[in-house]
Amino acid sequence: MAKRFKVIFDRERCKGCELCRSFCPKQIIAMDTQVNAKGYCPAMITDQESCIGCQSCATVCPDCAIEIYQLEEGEA
Amino acid sequence: MGLLGKTIGVAPIGCSVVAHQFMNVDMCEAAHGRAPAVASGIRRVHPERVVFTYQGDGDLASIGMGEIVHAAARGEKFTTFFINNGIYGMTGGQMAPTTLIGQRSTTSVDGRTREQAGMPLKICELLATLDGPDYIERVSLDSPAHIRAAKKAVRKAFEYQLAGKGFTFVELLSTCPTNWGLTPPEAMKRMREEVAAYYPLGVYKDTGKEAE
Repeated sequence: MAKRFKVIFDRERCKGCELCRSFCPKQIIAMDTQVNAKGYCPAMITDQESCIGCQSCATVCPDCAIEIYQLEEGEA
Repeated sequence: MGLLGKTIGVAPIGCSVVAHQFMNVDMCEAAHGRAPAVASGIRRVHPERVVFTYQGDGDLASIGMGEIVHAAARGEKFTTFFINNGIYGMTGGQMAPTTLIGQRSTTSVDGRTREQAGMPLKICELLATLDGPDYIERVSLDSPAHIRAAKKAVRKAFEYQLAGKGFTFVELLSTCPTNWGLTPPEAMKRMREEVAAYYPLGVYKDTGKEAE
């Protein structure tokens, strides 16, 4: 079974620079239309199941706002 | 690397003037451009410590040029991280010594010209002509792959310092979306295509490898 990953964005830390979106090889990151407390539109994941866990988004994030976890079998 | 407790950093003047608030490591603030001089002193007094400076291009390549060249020539045993985004960021986007030809800034509104401001300085190439440095590499922060390569370069510089070698220097090409007038993804693209063309990436000096 293919490995599954969970990507968590820290909404309040994100300043909406869109670097993660531009480097995602699966193009499953989008910018939220709801603003955070600072008034930025933070990044969010649109298709969790398609994530391949390459960590490109987390590597390129200037604000360390992205965490990626590998899910155990059956874990949601 | 487990060095956090024995490391001392030296912060510059510029955008990174409050680097000591961003990095969870003991740091000392230096006068504009003088971080290499302060780091030389710290490392000589505390030879058992790991010492690094974090300097921008406005700090290192203009006002601090004398300090960095002489620290490198003396082979001082600390590491310098040179963040090159080709512009003065904190003061509002003025032309830096590393600003590219044709690049617009608030002090080169029609773009930098060779006749008026000369050619941008290539610090890695310049320092590589000296005998003092043991490791000089230029890396770019333009993509996840290059960021991982930059991480390796940073680690290597610290490993050389731990091994008792002399001056180590890592130049990191970086963006300044605000003062370049671009969005962050556009700035990454410009850095990949234009900036890296003038500042070629690569290892400029590596005495450890030459010795092998």
